[in-house]
Amino acid sequence: MEGDVKSRITKKSLKLSKRNLIIAVAVFILLLIMPQFLSAYLNGVAVRVMIYILLVASMNIVNGYTGQFTVGQMGFANVGAYVTAIMMTNYEISFWIAVVVSGLAASLMGALVSYPARKLSGLYLAAVTLGFSEILRVIALNWISVTGGAMGIAGIPVPEIFGFRLSTPLSTFYMVFAFIVIMLICNYCVISSKVGRAWISIRENEEAAKSLGINTYRYKSLGFIYGGFWAGIAGAVMAVFYRFIDSNMFSMADNFDVLAMMIIGGQGTLFGPIVGSTLVIGSLEAFRFTAAYRGIIFGGVIIFMMWVRPQGILGKSTKDGPIKMFYNKLVSRSKANRKGGTA
Amino acid sequence: MSVIMESKNVSKQFGGLRAVDNVSTQVPEGSIFGIIGPNGAGKTTYLNLLSGAHSTTSGEFIFCGENITGNSVHKNAKKGIARTFQQIQLFDSMTVLDNVIVGFHKHEKSNMADAIFRTKRYWREEVEIRQKGIELLERLEMAEYIDQIASNLSYGMQRKVEIARALATSPKLLLLDEPAAGMNANETYTLLEFIKFIRTKGYTIIVIEHDIKFILNLCDEIMVLNFGQKIAQGTPSEIRDNKAVIEAYFGTGRVAKHMGVAKDE
Ligand SMILES: Nc1ncnc2c1ncn2[C@@H]1O[C@H](COP(=O)(O)OP(=O)(O)OP(=O)(O)O)[C@@H](O)[C@H]1O
Ligand SMILES: [Mg+2]
Repeated sequence: MEGDVKSRITKKSLKLSKRNLIIAVAVFILLLIMPQFLSAYLNGVAVRVMIYILLVASMNIVNGYTGQFTVGQMGFANVGAYVTAIMMTNYEISFWIAVVVSGLAASLMGALVSYPARKLSGLYLAAVTLGFSEILRVIALNWISVTGGAMGIAGIPVPEIFGFRLSTPLSTFYMVFAFIVIMLICNYCVISSKVGRAWISIRENEEAAKSLGINTYRYKSLGFIYGGFWAGIAGAVMAVFYRFIDSNMFSMADNFDVLAMMIIGGQGTLFGPIVGSTLVIGSLEAFRFTAAYRGIIFGGVIIFMMWVRPQGILGKSTKDGPIKMFYNKLVSRSKANRKGGTA
Repeated sequence: MSVIMESKNVSKQFGGLRAVDNVSTQVPEGSIFGIIGPNGAGKTTYLNLLSGAHSTTSGEFIFCGENITGNSVHKNAKKGIARTFQQIQLFDSMTVLDNVIVGFHKHEKSNMADAIFRTKRYWREEVEIRQKGIELLERLEMAEYIDQIASNLSYGMQRKVEIARALATSPKLLLLDEPAAGMNANETYTLLEFIKFIRTKGYTIIVIEHDIKFILNLCDEIMVLNFGQKIAQGTPSEIRDNKAVIEAYFGTGRVAKHMGVAKDE
C-alpha cells in the first residue's frame, strides 16, 4: 500500500474542484447580469460595497492570515486616492496607469509602516498602524499645495476605456467588479502557496514558524506590502467614483468600519470580506429611514454578532469563547506566550 | 568523528542571574548528546542561545565550522538547526501533513509571482512538498495520522508530529527539549525507540531530559549543567558514577548518604 496515499497528490488534486469552479463561474455570470436590473442608486450602493470589499480584504491579509492586529487600512487608501486624484487632475494621466501607481505607492507605505510594525503585536501594533493612518490624514489635510487641504481635490476626471467614459454607477460597477475578481484570484493564489502558508504559520505560532526557517519579519512586511496594494487600489477607485476626495474620507472612524466589517465577515477567509462589507453597508442602507438611530442599530448588530459568532460569519469556530478570543487578540497573546514561550 | 557544533565559553545573563555560565563543549557529528541538570539549571536557555532565540552575553557557537553567534532563529534553521520545544508548539488548527509541509518552507524556491501565475515551478513544488511530507510521515510510521488536526492528537503523537516537522527542514542538528516530559511510561518508551530510529538516519541530536533512565539509555555523551555551569561531561557510565552529578541531584545530605551515593570524606 506504500505510496498509495502519495499518489493521491497530483496537480489535478490540488486544483479547484469542478463543482467549486462551476459555482464560481455561475456566481460570476449572475453578478455580471445583476447591475443591468438595478437602479442607479442601488448600483451606487453596490460600488460602495465593493470599495469596502477591497479595503476589508486588504486588512484581512494582515489580520486574518498573518494574525496581526492592524487598524490603519484607510491610510493606504488615502495615499492611493491622492495619487490617482493628483495624477489624473493635474497631469491628465490615464486612470489605468494612475491606479497601478496608486497600488504601488500604497505598497511602499505598507513597507514603511511594516518596518516598526513587524516587531510589535496586539494593541501596540493597532496603535502604530492607526497612528500611521492618522498621520497620513493630517498630512493630506495640511499639505495644501499638493492635496488642496480642507478643500480636497474636486473635478477628478472620469476613467475611460476604449473611448468609453465610465461615468455612470453602472459602468463603475463593472470596473470595480473587475478589480475584485482579479484581487480574489490573486488572494486565492497567494494564500495557497508558500507565502500564504508562511503567513498562516505566523498566525498559528510565530515561535514555531521561526524555528522552521521562516523569516517572520520579512513575511509580515510582505503582508503589509501586498495588502497595502489593494487598499491603494480601493483609494484610486474612491477618487474616480466620488470624483472628489478630501482627508475626511480616510478618518479613524472609517478605519474602525473596515475593522468591523472584517470581523463580522470572518477573518482569515477568502469570502469573509465580501460577506462583511455587503452585510454592513447593506444594513446601513436598509436602516437609512431610522436616520440618527442608524449608528445605534449598527452598534447593536455588531455586539450581537460578536456574541453569537465571534469568529465572524464565515470564520471557523474555535474553542475559545468570544470574550477570551477578543482578550487574547487585545493583549496579543500568541499561543507560544500562553504556553510559556521558549522556556 | 568530526565536531558538528562547538560552544566556546558561552554565557547568558538575565539581569542579576547568570542562567548559562561559561559553557564550553563539543558535539560529535552523528551522536546523541544529552543535557541534564536540575530545574532552572539553564538547559533550555542553552538551547535557546544555540538556536538563536536568545542572544549570548558572551562566548560563541561554531556550527559546521562557521561562527553562528548572533544569528536569528530562521537563519540558523536554514543552516540546519531544527528544534522542538519544551512546551509543544504545533500549528494547532492545521492537519499533521500541513504542519509538516510548513517544515519544507526553506526548500521551496517559488515566489509570489509563481503563485499568482501558477507557473510550472509552483505546481511542481506544491506536488513535491506534499509527496515528500507523506513520504516522511510514512517513514516515521505516522501515515495514518496524515489528515488529522494536530490539536486533536494525543500528547505523545503531537510530540512526534513536532519532531517530524523539524525533520522536514532536513536539519544537520536536531534539538529536543524534554521530548518525554508529560508522557506516560508507554509513550516514553515509544519515543525512545523513535529517537533511536531517527538517529540511524544520520542526524545529530541534542536532547534535554529529566528522566535519567531515558537519557542514560539514549545518549553517547552527556553534559551536566547546574546553576548555569557545566559540572560534568562524559559517557553515560561516567556520568552515572560522577560525584558532582550525584551531589547536584541529591545534595550531600542524609538522603544521598542513605542511598549510598554520597560518602563522607
Ligand atoms: N527570558 C528569561 N528572562 C529571565 N530569566 C530567565 C529567562 N529564561 C530563563 N530564565 C531563568 O534562567 C534560569 C534557567 O532557566 P532554564 O529554562 O534554562 O532552565 P532549565 O534547565 O531548562 O529548567 P527546566 O528543567 O525547569 O526546564 C531560570 O532561573 C529561569 O528562571
Ligand atoms: Mg527547560
